[in-house]
Amino acid sequence: MRRLAFVIGLAVAVTAPLWVWNPYHLHTLIMAGIFAVLALSLNLLLGYTGQLSLGHAAFFGIGAYATALLSVKGGCSPWIGLLAAIVLPGVAGWVIGRLALKLRGAYFVLLTISFAGCVSLVSVNWMDLTNGPLGLPGVPALEIALPGLPALPLRSKTAFYYVVLLAVMLAYLLCLALIRSRVGRALVALRENETLAASVGIDGTHYLVLAAVISAAMAGFGGGLYAHYTRFVSPEVFLFTYTVTMVIMVVAGGKGTLAGPVVGAVLFTVLPEALRAATSWQWQMLLYGILLVAVLFFLPEGIVPALRRLRPEPHRRASPA
Amino acid sequence: MDQLLQHLLNGLLLGATYSLLGIGLTLVFGLMNVVNFAHGEFYTLGAYAAFAALALASVHFFLAIPLAIVAGAGAGAICERLLLRPLRGQSIDTVMLVMIGVWIAMQNAELLGWGGVARSVPTPFPTQPLVLGPVSVAPLRVFVFVVSAGLILGAHLLLARTKLGRAMRATFQDRETAALMGVSIERIHTITFAFGAGLAAAAGALLGPVFLLYPSMGDLASLKAFSVVILGGLGNFAGAALGGLVLGVAEELGAGYVSSGYRDAVGFLMIVAVLLLRPSGIFARAERVG
Repeated sequence: MRRLAFVIGLAVAVTAPLWVWNPYHLHTLIMAGIFAVLALSLNLLLGYTGQLSLGHAAFFGIGAYATALLSVKGGCSPWIGLLAAIVLPGVAGWVIGRLALKLRGAYFVLLTISFAGCVSLVSVNWMDLTNGPLGLPGVPALEIALPGLPALPLRSKTAFYYVVLLAVMLAYLLCLALIRSRVGRALVALRENETLAASVGIDGTHYLVLAAVISAAMAGFGGGLYAHYTRFVSPEVFLFTYTVTMVIMVVAGGKGTLAGPVVGAVLFTVLPEALRAATSWQWQMLLYGILLVAVLFFLPEGIVPALRRLRPEPHRRASPA
Repeated sequence: MDQLLQHLLNGLLLGATYSLLGIGLTLVFGLMNVVNFAHGEFYTLGAYAAFAALALASVHFFLAIPLAIVAGAGAGAICERLLLRPLRGQSIDTVMLVMIGVWIAMQNAELLGWGGVARSVPTPFPTQPLVLGPVSVAPLRVFVFVVSAGLILGAHLLLARTKLGRAMRATFQDRETAALMGVSIERIHTITFAFGAGLAAAAGALLGPVFLLYPSMGDLASLKAFSVVILGGLGNFAGAALGGLVLGVAEELGAGYVSSGYRDAVGFLMIVAVLLLRPSGIFARAERVG
């Protein structure tokens, strides 16, 4: 049943450009994919280490600026820019993880908010580097240039859709591999009881730093994709709205599950677009806030765990009532 | 030298309102164990309530501020009864996420209600600055400082001298024992949250006329409040009062001598520095961090 849902979901995702004719709808799906990468990255911290980062837009923004600056001002290939969009935020994540050392809970949240605030102010004020509030236009499109073949720019929405789909799959598989490994078990142990985990030799800070680096690098990758998709980067990428959206996707989808953030990302990108005809942007954000509260009240674990609980486990059905 | 004096004076005048913001947040955290990310929204609410009273109902300026405090405290009480009471016993992180939801909802409700245009609050004070030897100061800023200091003193007296204050402090120290002594914990929680929200609304009503009103003004206020609380130590009243003044002065000096564009970065950097070096707050005598 679960496998069936997975196969159907994958089939729908792969064939989407064939039956989604409206370019705007395809754009929505591309944004859902980018947000899925971001939600998966936030979920590593919030869902598996239990630490909430409210500065995730900073990693997203650093990634977007890294690739935009390298390809616009540095004249590098977009692929090198995309690599920098993974490495630089990863380094930033390492710094935050090292700084956080023993900080947990509200203290960790405040540290990440402060970090994002500083980065955002730098992006506005460092005019020489970032063009300030004007932003950086003309970010080149990704292109596939194999030796001996003409360069193939991934400019069309359909092409970029598949790039993003591939990115989501990669992010998902990376998270899956990580969670099933020793690292994943250590993270869950830390989330459940750090003192107990420490008593069996799990170094809390080491694993938290590792999770922060991977999470930040993934968020930066999402930022890099976003930059090459919209072809324009401005300090708006640091908007707190992005962080809030990621948090809602993870919490509503189901933190600490792998399908949850993806489901949350698709739902919370498609749903607002569907509501768009009826409501304005402010109404959407108002509904987001109310929805976050409602989900925490009525579905505290999120949509995916709630759905799983809806149908009885097969072995339980076989047992005598 | 004169310039330094001027910066110090401006910093102290601004810092008193930061203290007011921080005290409300630190009380709610210390007593209820709630990280109130919606704190800045009560500040915004206070500012807009004062604006509405002045511009729409043409109430006198001095009456608009108590009205704003009542509006903030009322909204705080409703928020506690509807959202926080049912969640008692839930993990601190769940409650924190709920307050983030409240923050987003309140801010966008304000955006819907008032629109994104910045508004200014008219005041009866002359704009001509008072010149005191080497420094000068706007009369409005003096008024804001005096009222803030009065409210901080009032909050201190309420906590230190009244029966209600004693019940609040008892709850802060040991909830179960306080309940055994006949303190209604439910009531104390509602009052504390309303009290914190009222102080935030007071800060909003006071600073609203100094700056401009816009729906996202609460974000910066929240940030300042958190900076103050972290400076003073979570749950530390005197620490928050002093922390506000320190932050105000540090911001003025930063804006004056470094760069005005990075004015708001001072708060961020202070949070980072204090969290790293002295997470119990710079004024803490004993460890309070759990």
